[in-house]
Amino acid sequence: MAPPTSTETNTSATGYRLSREHDELRALVRQLAEERIAPRAAEIDEKAEFPWDLKQLLAEHDLLGTCFSERHGGTALDGIGQAIVAEEVARADATTSLIPIVQKLGALPILLAGNDDQQDRYFPRLASGEWLSAFALTEDSAGSDVASLRMRASRDGDDYLLTGTKRFITHGSVANLLSVFALTDADAGGRKGMSAFIVETDTPGFSVARLEHKMGIRGSPTAELTFDEVRVPAANRLGEDGDGFKIAMSTLDRSRLAIASQAVGIAQGATDAALAYAAERRQFGERIVDFQAIQFMLADMASQTEAARQLTYAACARVDDEDPNLAYWTSAAKLIAGDTAMRATTDAVQIFGGYGYITEYPVERMMRDAKITQLYEGTQQIQRLVIARRLLARAGIESRSR
Amino acid sequence: MKIVVCVKQVPATTAEKRYTSELRLDRAATEAVINPLDEYAIEQALRLKEGSVVDEVVYLSMGPDSASEALRRSLAMGGDGGVLVTDPALAGADEWVTARVLAAALDRLEPDVTLMGMASDDARGSLVPGAVAAIRGVPLLAYGAELRLTDGAAQIRRLNPTGFDILEAPLPVVASVTDQVGEPRYASLKGIMAARRMELTTWSLADLGFDPADLAPLTQVVAADPPPAKPPAQVISGVGPDEAASRVADWLAERKLIA
Repeated sequence: MAPPTSTETNTSATGYRLSREHDELRALVRQLAEERIAPRAAEIDEKAEFPWDLKQLLAEHDLLGTCFSERHGGTALDGIGQAIVAEEVARADATTSLIPIVQKLGALPILLAGNDDQQDRYFPRLASGEWLSAFALTEDSAGSDVASLRMRASRDGDDYLLTGTKRFITHGSVANLLSVFALTDADAGGRKGMSAFIVETDTPGFSVARLEHKMGIRGSPTAELTFDEVRVPAANRLGEDGDGFKIAMSTLDRSRLAIASQAVGIAQGATDAALAYAAERRQFGERIVDFQAIQFMLADMASQTEAARQLTYAACARVDDEDPNLAYWTSAAKLIAGDTAMRATTDAVQIFGGYGYITEYPVERMMRDAKITQLYEGTQQIQRLVIARRLLARAGIESRSR
Repeated sequence: MKIVVCVKQVPATTAEKRYTSELRLDRAATEAVINPLDEYAIEQALRLKEGSVVDEVVYLSMGPDSASEALRRSLAMGGDGGVLVTDPALAGADEWVTARVLAAALDRLEPDVTLMGMASDDARGSLVPGAVAAIRGVPLLAYGAELRLTDGAAQIRRLNPTGFDILEAPLPVVASVTDQVGEPRYASLKGIMAARRMELTTWSLADLGFDPADLAPLTQVVAADPPPAKPPAQVISGVGPDEAASRVADWLAERKLIA
């Protein structure tokens, strides 16, 4: 086999530009974030309470309906617009940024595979923020290995009965609507026997078993959900029996871009906080921002954050264009942005010194929040797998890894 | 009922202001915002519209082409239309020229209430509401903490040293409001999108029937000096909180700032 001539494959003309509309959107979200969200961030983290007031604030300003069509009451922003919302909210508070992010995550299976009736029934309530959604895929032993899930959906007349347990479901306890993945054909296994359903959480048999105690994003409830013969009408099945795995993967291929945006926002928030602090803090009779050691750290933080942001925007444009390679782009963006958030927040704590390690300043929270961006919606290792598979496939090299 | 809110685009409050060689604010060099004091007038007008007292809220601005951004940002908060009066001959207009031009535009728009902020953040002359009322020959209700509208009349609640006065005048009126109105709302995303799609009306001096030669300003800026540098702050350190507090108290007492 001939060796690949080049690994670069994404130099095509798909480009992106920020518009005046993007600027206005950023100005709006930044103002809300600085004036209303940032002052709540420490309290949300300390009390580990879902910020219902900020959910309302975002809903009132139409920021929970950015992925829905105007027909459904949404604002139909492009990918970069949606990224800007997540980024600017996350710059102030990562927990609160999950409200718009998960609203889309839970709705993505319906956006990708839902029929008109399903979309008309549920999207108006999600676009207005009256209802919250969540994405229920992960189970105890089915994390990165999605196909090993065990939850069952057995046919019962015109309905399905869902039985099993979901774990680590972001917003699972506050959502009104879930996209749930379950086996309709256990013999066929996860890849072929999985189906996707829309489940309303007031259906009998559904319950929240418990909430996790977490290191970061503490105001965003992560729930264990129990389904005990939850009756779901067949009209709430997304696509056909057996489409579940494909729907889940298509969702994650796109949704991880929101995590990249969240990570960019966290990194930017940490960089801004570190710069402001360094300009105030004096040691040895000088502002520490005048020390090159500090300047170099700030320069790295700023440029790496900018690189992550631009890669994220480039990936947004690929998703908008339904680029066949979009998974490569979204994985690359999430990988780079997540690692950037972790590094920038760690460096921010370093610049703050001892003050960075205490809760009086926001950077220790940002560092705890940043860690999750390397874990959820596919760990960084899973992102590398996705990227490498595409890389090998393009070069015509057969992958022998699992 | 129709309200026209006059909005002015000004340099951001925190921006460093630069002047051109003609001692005019270099508006291109600084970030521009809606005059923050005008946002209270916008808020007041929109509340009246929400209360179904007012049917139509239109924004009127005079300024360079870029002032259309201030109109769009106002519309993003709510409202039904925007009019920009722009003309190269208006550069350097003083309060008198501004008032004459706005009055002429208002003659065409025929609002029941012309609403303004109490002053602009960049010049703070506070003359335009009064001058516009005088030129149009309508009552002025200035410095309102709240504007109320009844059939055929407008009222403002105005702060006085002991409480509030209620002033009333028959419509049409010119009114100005203060920050007592309450916090201006944020724009919503749908508001921003709707504002983008809205068609703005643009009028030149000729459209308003002015000959630029007749619009000579009455006043002229002859110098623009920065404020004198403040003496460095006195820092009290190395003493306990009680001692520090007593020194601060002494300092204030010396200056008769506390008894």
